Formats: sequence, C-alpha cells, structure tokens
Amino acid sequence: MSTDFLTPLDAFTIIDLVFMTMLVVVGIAIVRLKDLFAVVMLSGVYSLVAAAWFVSLDAVDVAFTEAAVGAGISTVLMLGAMLLTAREAAPTKPIRHWVALLVVCATGAALLYATVDMPSFGDPLSAPNAYVGLEYLKRTGADTGVPNVVSAVLASYRGYDTFGETTVILTAGLGVILILGMGSPLRKKKKPAPAKTKTNTNKDEIIGAHHVVLRVVSKMMIPIIIIYAAYVQFHGDFGPGGGFQAGLIIASAIILYALIFGVEAAKEAVPPSLVRLGAALGVLIYGGVGVINLLLGGKFLEYNVLNPTHPAHGQELGIMFVEIGVLVTVASVMLIIFYGFTSRQPDISDKDW
Amino acid sequence: MMALAGIDWNTILPAWMIAHAAALLVITPLLSGPIALVLSRGRLAWAWALGISAITFVLALILYGQVLDHGSVEYVFGNWAPPLGITYNIDALNILILLIVAGMGFLSLLYGLPSIMREIAPKDQAAFFATYMICLAGLMGVAITGDAFNVFVFLEISSISTYILVAMGAGNDRRALTASFQYLILGTIGATFFVIGVGLLYMATGTLNMADITAQLQVHGDSRVVRAAFAFIIIGLGLKTAMFPLHTWLPGAYTYSPTMVGVFLASTATKVAFYAMVRFILGVFSPAAPFDGALLELVLAPMAVAAMIICSVQALYQTDLRKLLAYSSVAQLGYMLLGLSMGTAAGVSAGLLHLFNHALMKGALFMGVGIFVLSYGVRHVKDLRGLGKAMPLAAAAFTVAGLSLIGVPLTAGFVSKFYLITAALDRGWWWAVVAILISSVLAIFYVGRMLEAMYLREAVKPAPRSKKAAGNKPPVIALVPLLILGVANIWFFFDASMPKALTDAAASALFGGGTP
Repeated sequence: MSTDFLTPLDAFTIIDLVFMTMLVVVGIAIVRLKDLFAVVMLSGVYSLVAAAWFVSLDAVDVAFTEAAVGAGISTVLMLGAMLLTAREAAPTKPIRHWVALLVVCATGAALLYATVDMPSFGDPLSAPNAYVGLEYLKRTGADTGVPNVVSAVLASYRGYDTFGETTVILTAGLGVILILGMGSPLRKKKKPAPAKTKTNTNKDEIIGAHHVVLRVVSKMMIPIIIIYAAYVQFHGDFGPGGGFQAGLIIASAIILYALIFGVEAAKEAVPPSLVRLGAALGVLIYGGVGVINLLLGGKFLEYNVLNPTHPAHGQELGIMFVEIGVLVTVASVMLIIFYGFTSRQPDISDKDW
Repeated sequence: MMALAGIDWNTILPAWMIAHAAALLVITPLLSGPIALVLSRGRLAWAWALGISAITFVLALILYGQVLDHGSVEYVFGNWAPPLGITYNIDALNILILLIVAGMGFLSLLYGLPSIMREIAPKDQAAFFATYMICLAGLMGVAITGDAFNVFVFLEISSISTYILVAMGAGNDRRALTASFQYLILGTIGATFFVIGVGLLYMATGTLNMADITAQLQVHGDSRVVRAAFAFIIIGLGLKTAMFPLHTWLPGAYTYSPTMVGVFLASTATKVAFYAMVRFILGVFSPAAPFDGALLELVLAPMAVAAMIICSVQALYQTDLRKLLAYSSVAQLGYMLLGLSMGTAAGVSAGLLHLFNHALMKGALFMGVGIFVLSYGVRHVKDLRGLGKAMPLAAAAFTVAGLSLIGVPLTAGFVSKFYLITAALDRGWWWAVVAILISSVLAIFYVGRMLEAMYLREAVKPAPRSKKAAGNKPPVIALVPLLILGVANIWFFFDASMPKALTDAAASALFGGGTP
C-alpha cells in the first residue's frame, strides 16, 4: 500500500460527496416520515441516487442492478405490500432504546476505527486492486474471451457463488409460496361469486373509461421492455448486464401488464403454476450446466470442457447458459412474490391508485 | 460408524462419484430441492428427499474415508486454482460436522413423515421438503467450503430456508410466525455483520480464499481493518451460533417450529455456525492475529459460563417441553464455547466432541418429545405423567438421551464433559470446572423433572389425549431413528474413538500452525 497516493479533490470527488450527502438526507427522511407511500417512493429515490453514485465509482454493473432492484422492482413490490396495510404508519410512542443506541454507536465507532488503516480510495497498490483483482483483469480475455470482466468473475471464476445466490432467490420464492401462497384456486372459490363478477365489471368500466392512454402506451411498451431485457441478457458479456438484471426487467414488464390490465389477466398470460416451475427450472439449468461439465470429465462449472478445442468458446457457452438459468429463476421468483402479495387482497382496486 | 467407513466405495460406486464426492455432497441435495418442488405430491417428495439424503450421507462417508486416507481433500470449482476460484477444503474438523449434518438430515427426514403429514397442509408439503433439502445443502455448504465469501452465500441459503421452515409451524401454533420473524431480523443482522467483516478482510488482503487470507495476513500484518473485520465476523457468527447473550431468537424458533424441523435444527444449525466460528478464530485469524488470545479469555469464556448457568436456570423454570430443551441447548453451546475459549488443543477437542455428542442427545430428546406429541398430544412437562409405562421404548431412548445430557457415566455426554473438565484443569481454570459442575447439577434438576413425571407419577386419568393425537402406538418410522440415537448415546461412551480421533486431529491441526 502506498502512502503517497492521495485522492485529489477533483470534480468526481465532489460529485461523490454530493451523492453521499443526498443518501444520508433521504435516509433520515425515510426514518422520520409516517406516510408509507412517501417512504416507498423515497426508498426508490434512495436506490436511484445510490445507483448514480455507483456509476460515478465506476461500478456500472452494480449500479445497473441497484437501479433495477432498488428503484424498479422493489418499489413495485413495496407498493403491493403497502396496499395490504394502511397508508400511514400507526403513531407509536417514542421509546428510548438506550441499549440499541449504544449498540448502533459501537458498530459505527468500530467502522470509523477501521477507516484509519484503510487504503486510500482508488489506490492502485492497495490489496484488493493489486492482488486477485488485478489477476482477473489480466487473465479474463485469454481465459474466457468475455470482454466484461465482471461477467466473467460472476459467472465463471466465482460461478459457484452465483449458483448459490440463484438458490437464495429460489429459496425466497419458496418462502412466499409456503407462507403467503400464490392465490390458490381454493381461496378464490370461497368468495361469493356474484360479488366477484360485480367488482370485475366495475373495474373494467373504470379502466375502459379512464385509462385508454395507459393501456395503449403500455401495450406498446411491454414488447419493447422485453426486447430490452433480451438485449441486457445477451449483451452482459460485453457491457453491464446479465441474467439477474434481465430477469428483473422481464418481471417488471409482466407486473406492468398486471397493474394496467389486472392481476387476473396477468395470471392468465403467465399462470402461477408456470412461474413456480420456472423458479425451480432456473436453478436446475444452472446446476445442470455444472453437472454436464462434471460428466464430460471436468470439475463442476468448468465450462472449458464444453468445447475442448477452444476452451474460451466453452467458457462463453457455459456463461450464456448459466445466465439463462439466473434469468429464469429471477424473473419467476419476482412474479411469485408479486402474485403472493396480490393474492392477499381482491385486486389492486383503481380507487387506491 | 467405523464399519461403514471401512466399506470400499470404489468397488460399489462409479468413479466420478468418488472423484467429485466433495462437490456432490452439497450439489445433490441442493438440486434435489427444485426437483422436489416440481414433484408436488407430499409423500412422493418425502420419498425423493429421503433417498437423496441417504445418498448425501453416503457421500459424507466417502469423504470421511478420503480424509482418513489423505488427511485433507480439496475440490476446485471450475478448475480455477485458488485464490481465483472457489475451493472446498475438507479436513478432520469439518468432516465431523458434515457427518453430523448429513446423518441427522437423513434421520430427521425418516422420523418426520408422520408428523409432517399432520402438521403441514398437503398442498404445501412438496415445497416444504424442497426447502428442507435446500436448508440441508446450505448447512453443509457452510461447513465444507474453503472460501470466506462462499460461507456467506451458503449461510444465507441455510438461514433463509430455516426462517421458512420455522414459520411452517404456524399450522400448529401461530407464535411460529413471530418466532420466525424474530429469527429473521436477528439472523439478517448476523449475516450483515459477517459480510461486512468479510468485506473488510478483502480490503486488507485482496483475497477471499481462507487459506490465502491467512497467508496474506502474515504478509500485510495486523491493522485496524483486520481488527474490525475480526469483531464483525465474530459477532455475526455469534448471532448465528446463539452465543449468549445473542441467543434470544433460539428458544422461540426451536419451540414453535414443526416437530421435524425442531429435531433437525437442534442437532445441526448452531453446530455449523459454531464450526464457522472455530474455523475463523483459529484457522483464519489465529496464526496472524495476536489479539484473539485475549478475546478468547476475556470475552468468550465469561459468556460461555454465563450461558451454562443462566440458561440452565431458565430451563428449570420452563413448563413447555421443547422450550426447556431449547434453553438447555443454549446452555450446552456454552460448554462448546468454553472449550474453544480455553485456547488449547485439548479444550477445542473437548468442545468439538461435546458438539458431536450434543447433536446425538438433543436430536434424540426432540424426537422423543415429538413422538409424545404425536401419540398423546403432550406439550408440557406435567403431561409426561405415566408415559414411561405407556411408551416404554420411546421413553427409554428419551431417558438415555436425558442422562447423556446430564453427563451420567455410561452415556456419551459423560465422555465429553470428562475431557472438558480435564482440559480446564490443564489450563488451571478451576472456576470453569466449578461452572461445569453447577451447570450439570442444574441439568440433573431439569432432566430429572421430566423423568420423574414420566416414571414416578401415575397417569391421573388415562393419559391426556388431544384431538390431534393419532393413538397410543408410536409410529414405527418415527421410533426407529429415536432408538438409533438412543443406542448411539451409549455406544459413543464405550467407543468414542471415531469422533475423538477426528476432534484430536482437528485441534492439533488448528494449533499446529497448520491452515485449513
């Protein structure tokens, strides 16, 4: 670690400082506000600012994911969850949790304590920049033929971690299936039939009357969104993107459809049983690639054996397939969560929006 | 056990299964989860999961054989040599944990059929078994890996699936939901602390491979970043281990979860987190960090003693059987932490041996309670009246495990407590010996309460029977694993050589300056 390397106070540093200040301000506002709708919106803003900050830090892949997850899908999911509860947080008596405050302060102090010995920001000689990180930068081209080093690290060098993360997402989906359910047919039958048809016609009238622009625009947008998802998916080798982001974008497109045309229509287009299958299938595709490598005489997730004459081509092929696995599971689980939330209520009624 | 390890697997199984045993041990149950989800019929999913968990146990035995032959086994994922790629490193320390998790994973499933069929709605059963298999894979993934970030990934897999499994007790008792939520919040804080610690370690060393972190720490030397990393990792894992006073999530989670989940968690989950703690303190940090000797003595040892005594007293006052056993678990974790905090090979070996024995005894005790619940709807200590006569076999196995928990001679629990006391005396920690004895006396009382009700009290009316109870006959499929564990509790008194050899080898490797 060099001691003479210091970050000059240039434009980028100032931009970073502005972003960090904004994050703190938004964070405090989220804690103080009682209006849940504003909280959800602000948490979207928080993620967007964070994504912008990551771009300025040259972590474009992380920024893309943060924007897709934090500002995109989780805002929609939180809105869905919010509709199940009140618009405002119940007023609580201010209780002074001194022990909790002490613990939080101690944690902060520990982090501050550590900053003194941390390498300077951007120090090219610091351990993370000089050791394994540098090695990845040097080798990726020859090893995998994939220009985006992040994709290569994520899907090949540390592909086993990503396999684990895909399983984490499937597990989250299993949790929603088991605890919230996905709007099983049993639950619908319980509802008195006449009431249901009444609300349906009611809703159709309202949508037909007021949302022509929304319907037309979203019908035009949805195919474009899905094409964009395909671009993000397959361009992940060259630029920021990959299965995770693309899966989120596809799920967003379907959720958009559900918001405009009703959840029932979305469930007809993409039935819950299919989504449940998809969540399992994605992990099986990812693991399946690994098992095929194994049967071809390689190690688990050793994509080289897919093309013995051109190992780098094998790598590209393997990375493509595992990214498809990630896409399928991520998109499916996002829909499982969305269906899980919306099945807890009749439908997102127009009045609430 | 020894006989099983002696089988020449090479002649029975295909070569690729032997060669990739380390990876398959985790991948097989992990991939069986999504397949179980697709099966969608409860009994079919159960049979599938049972078959896979049997294969998993065989794979653990294959690895055990390889560790005995070669001392340690390494598997390199994607054939990217570390530190570029992720490795699995198996040695005497983690093969012991893997055998426990794989073995208990199989026995819990075998045991669980009748209770799950009753406790979980039929449409949820396939997803339940899928989650269970993923949890099993996650726990083994934590124990087997040689990569610090990979620990985090599999810790997340096992934790999230555990929250779900605990919440599935809501069919029996709605309090399962709050217990699961509390566990989720504390578990997430623990995981966050752990990953912050790993991030700081990466900042200090530039690598994520555990052995390489140790090597790089020796190059870069001590720094504030390393110290902060150490603190964050130990607190994070402490939450997962239910180290006193971070144990508040445990009693609820063990009490309200479905019967089978309680059995499985009590015998595996905290053990795996404890293993990770041993690995990080002694395997990753110790050779390079001079400060952890003080931590062991000044922080871990008092907490261990507090857990052993305070939680044993709390166990005394419980009326709910499973809650009593849960508090006893926190107290027993204190014994393991005490062994670790001694900072000697003998102490760590004794702590790990107690971990092995505790899995056997707590597994059996939770199984016993589960059978009583199943047959008589028993929940409280006083409901045990007269069960000694009504269910002699189950009661006998339960009694053996209870005596083992106290540490009575002729049971496995005696052996590990004996070694623990010897190690404490070697270290000159007479107060630790006193604490062990006090805690054991408390155990006599809380186990004694249960046994007294079971054998000495007559059932006032024909044993209390709830609507949910199936009948007086314990289901054979649930009784068999209980009896296996009951016998194991006696077996490992007479021949503790198998676990003792492993824990001794593990402890001497940790203190011999050897890295995983």
